[in-house]
Amino acid sequence: MTRLELQNLNKVYSPQSIPVKNLSLSVEEGEFLTLLGPSGCGKSTILRLIAGLESPTAGQIRIGDREVSKLRAGDRNIAMVFQSYALYPHMTVYENIASGLKLRKMPAREIQQRVTEVSRVLGLEEFLQRKPGQLSGGQRQRVAVGRALVRRPDVFLLDEPLSNLDALLRERVRAELKQLFESQRSPVVYVTHDQTEAMTLSTKVAVLSNGFLQQLDSPQQIYNYPINQFVASFVGSPQMNLIPVVCQGQYALLGTSKIPLPAMTMIPPQVILGIRPEQVRLASEGQPTTVQGQVFLVENLGMHNLLSVRVAGSPGETSAAPIMLRALLPADQPWRESVSLVLPPEAIHWFDGQTGGRLGDGSS
Amino acid sequence: MISSKPTAQRSFEGWILVIPALLLLALVFAYPIARAFWLSLFTENLGTRLQPVFAGLGNFGRMAGDGRFWQSLQNTGVFTLLSVTLEMLLGTTIALVLNQSFRGRGALRAIVLLPWALPTAVMALAWTWIFNDQYGVLNDVLLRLGLVHSSINWLGEPSLAMLSLVVADVWKTTPFISIILLAGLQSISPDLYEAHAIDGASPWQSFRKITLPLLMPQILIALVFRFAQAFGLFDLVQVMTGGGPGGSTETVSLYIYATIMRYLDFGYGAALVVVTFSLLVTVVSLAARLLRKSANLLLSDE
Amino acid sequence: MNNVQSRSLIFKVILTGAIGLIALFCLAPVLWQVLTSLKTGQEILAIPNRYWPQHYTLDNYTVLFTDRPFLRYILNSGFVSLASTGLCLSIGTPAAYALARLRLWGQQFILAGILVVTLFPYVLLFLGLLEILQALKLGNNYLALIVPYTAINLPLTILVMRSFFQQLPQDLEDAAQVDGYSTWQMLTQILLPMTTPALVTTGILAFIFSWNEFIFALTFITQDDLKTIPVAAAQLSGATVFDVPYGPIAAATVLGTFPLVLLVLFFQRQIVQGLTAGAVKG
Repeated sequence: MTRLELQNLNKVYSPQSIPVKNLSLSVEEGEFLTLLGPSGCGKSTILRLIAGLESPTAGQIRIGDREVSKLRAGDRNIAMVFQSYALYPHMTVYENIASGLKLRKMPAREIQQRVTEVSRVLGLEEFLQRKPGQLSGGQRQRVAVGRALVRRPDVFLLDEPLSNLDALLRERVRAELKQLFESQRSPVVYVTHDQTEAMTLSTKVAVLSNGFLQQLDSPQQIYNYPINQFVASFVGSPQMNLIPVVCQGQYALLGTSKIPLPAMTMIPPQVILGIRPEQVRLASEGQPTTVQGQVFLVENLGMHNLLSVRVAGSPGETSAAPIMLRALLPADQPWRESVSLVLPPEAIHWFDGQTGGRLGDGSS
Repeated sequence: MISSKPTAQRSFEGWILVIPALLLLALVFAYPIARAFWLSLFTENLGTRLQPVFAGLGNFGRMAGDGRFWQSLQNTGVFTLLSVTLEMLLGTTIALVLNQSFRGRGALRAIVLLPWALPTAVMALAWTWIFNDQYGVLNDVLLRLGLVHSSINWLGEPSLAMLSLVVADVWKTTPFISIILLAGLQSISPDLYEAHAIDGASPWQSFRKITLPLLMPQILIALVFRFAQAFGLFDLVQVMTGGGPGGSTETVSLYIYATIMRYLDFGYGAALVVVTFSLLVTVVSLAARLLRKSANLLLSDE
Repeated sequence: MNNVQSRSLIFKVILTGAIGLIALFCLAPVLWQVLTSLKTGQEILAIPNRYWPQHYTLDNYTVLFTDRPFLRYILNSGFVSLASTGLCLSIGTPAAYALARLRLWGQQFILAGILVVTLFPYVLLFLGLLEILQALKLGNNYLALIVPYTAINLPLTILVMRSFFQQLPQDLEDAAQVDGYSTWQMLTQILLPMTTPALVTTGILAFIFSWNEFIFALTFITQDDLKTIPVAAAQLSGATVFDVPYGPIAAATVLGTFPLVLLVLFFQRQIVQGLTAGAVKG
């Protein structure tokens, strides 16, 4: 059973540069973990540590029952797909895919078997004798994937493999990758800053910021129950509305409405109300409205319209700092400049304005 | 012994890859200098039947009073100064020309490389022939143009001989300088010149305010290298004049060579090597430091 | 409008003039030797000079091969230059890679040292080396030149190859590591094929420097049939002290520099690249 486990992983370059701070997580067989976060959050460093391209300052890496932190990359039985594909330019596609197998002294017949099978799955059969320079970006990407697949490693590592593809190709390859990796059992660790990839491909997502693990959960949980403000604003497109609200007793004041706060032992001095634009509704006839406001910007997103609304009458609102709310409405839904919006209470997330942590749900 | 971490392992392997080169460099460059320092403390010549006899700093004392040594130092200094100055000026001009785009630029660049690529000793023979007082083509041209009335004994007169050497050296090394400066010129974006011209600058002003400051690094490098090279020049002088006439073109390198190979005065020769080396190191580091400072001044001036 | 045009015309004229002068300046001595080599003895010594030979002759060339083992000299130069170039690339390239990618402790010092060493005039080194050669009885042996030539070409080789390695994408080495290549395998099987242009450039430069070297060749090789071209040419002498064989010397010049001329003609872009890479890094 191959299971990847990171224990208290630490990487320190200098007192000012600590890309990985005390990270612990595990990836089971069959799981697909995405390391998600903005540039500089440490996700690529973690991948390189797992691969053996860097040595951890502290901590352990286990693959299966082996402790691999002291092993060279080539001895860890891992395979990696690089963002730039890193294909050997002077070798043919066949030689590129086979190189890892040749080094391990696999018999030529078996190499040929494996390479043919992988190239069939990836549609590379007619390119086997070409050199990388003669291939398109998408084809090269598939060769890079093939080179990893053919190794049948204990762990797959992928470093932003889709970022160099154009948007259309990216979607298609994303779907192909999902199928490919679902049909095998080795744990996969995937690095990306694109949350759509993270959400669609993974069984688990680790959201990272500045070397720290923010939340480790299934994509659904991360979307529905972000553990802090950072995760809430990073995942979900368009970005979640995060509005600082003034509290009065057990209510938060937004516009002219009072929104009940969730049960909490103590209400922190600053409270942030979060709601995703796609969950903000237009009030229908007779519905008690939650928020009134003026639309000042509309962005047409094809199937949806993204309305930016200035909320009227909020306490603490000044002309310099108006409270703004964005709502994602179906394109065929009409709206007027002066809108009434409904914020369904079950869709509202509450955050501590100072710590960023999630409020309510039984948390203090 | 080998650290078990992968990156440390790579470091260790790195050392293995580097050691052979370092050993060879140490053998050919470092050892002879160290040996010279040691040997300079001994007398070892025909007088001592080629056995080393400890002499302390005796060799250096002898050097202080050695007129021929001081003369050779002066010759070297004059030669170096003249050569390097001319080469820098000429080299800059050639670099400026090569920086323009014109048809046949590649061919010109190849032509410009020729003097650098050909063996100094062999071309020294050619120059000796050109400067020949009776049959040399230079005298012939000058006579035909009416610039002189009788043949000039280029290699037979002390100051003329020095001049001839400088000409030959300038011919040989200017290409190297111009290539280096050309690289520097090409790294200056043409946008800068265009902007400056729109501001109303003349080409000369552009040269002073943009070209020179930005070219300073290359100029410094070229200067330092050329200085060291000219200081140690042997091939050209040995073949063209052999140090004559009457020792007027004997450079330090020639004197060292004669001391060791002709007079078999090894201890003293080693002392000469030590002094020359120390002088070279001092002057180069001083020059480098001074020039770096002035470069900073120039750049911050803008 | 008129002003800009005429300015441009003056500029063009000056430029053309400068180009002509530069070409003349660089070619004149070489051309003169070529002409001299084709003249008969009388024409060479004619006063006033004859520029173009009236009677072409190849005597000066044939004399080189009959009176002297000139072919031998050429072979000597060729062998020594090729051997030292090959050795230099073999030793220098791995070192350059290590200094480019494998973070070595004290790397700055090593690089600084390599740079500094290029400033040492050979005249300061030959005594120490001569002693070693005499002790090892390697005088008049090809090795006496091959080893020092390898060393004097190492700094430039290392600097140029290093800057080349630094420009290769780091990803390739990462992929090779994950694939399981050892450092040596990576260097030879993955990186080396990609460095061919740089190897050619450095190789040419090393060859030129080795071919042209004089003082070591003069001092370490005294046996006539082992001499290299620069030394042999410089020591050509006629029957008497006064009879300097200008013709054969000119012929020797032409023959002895011909391979280099070819190299420059065909590889001038690489040579320039190599020189500037080395200098820029300095």
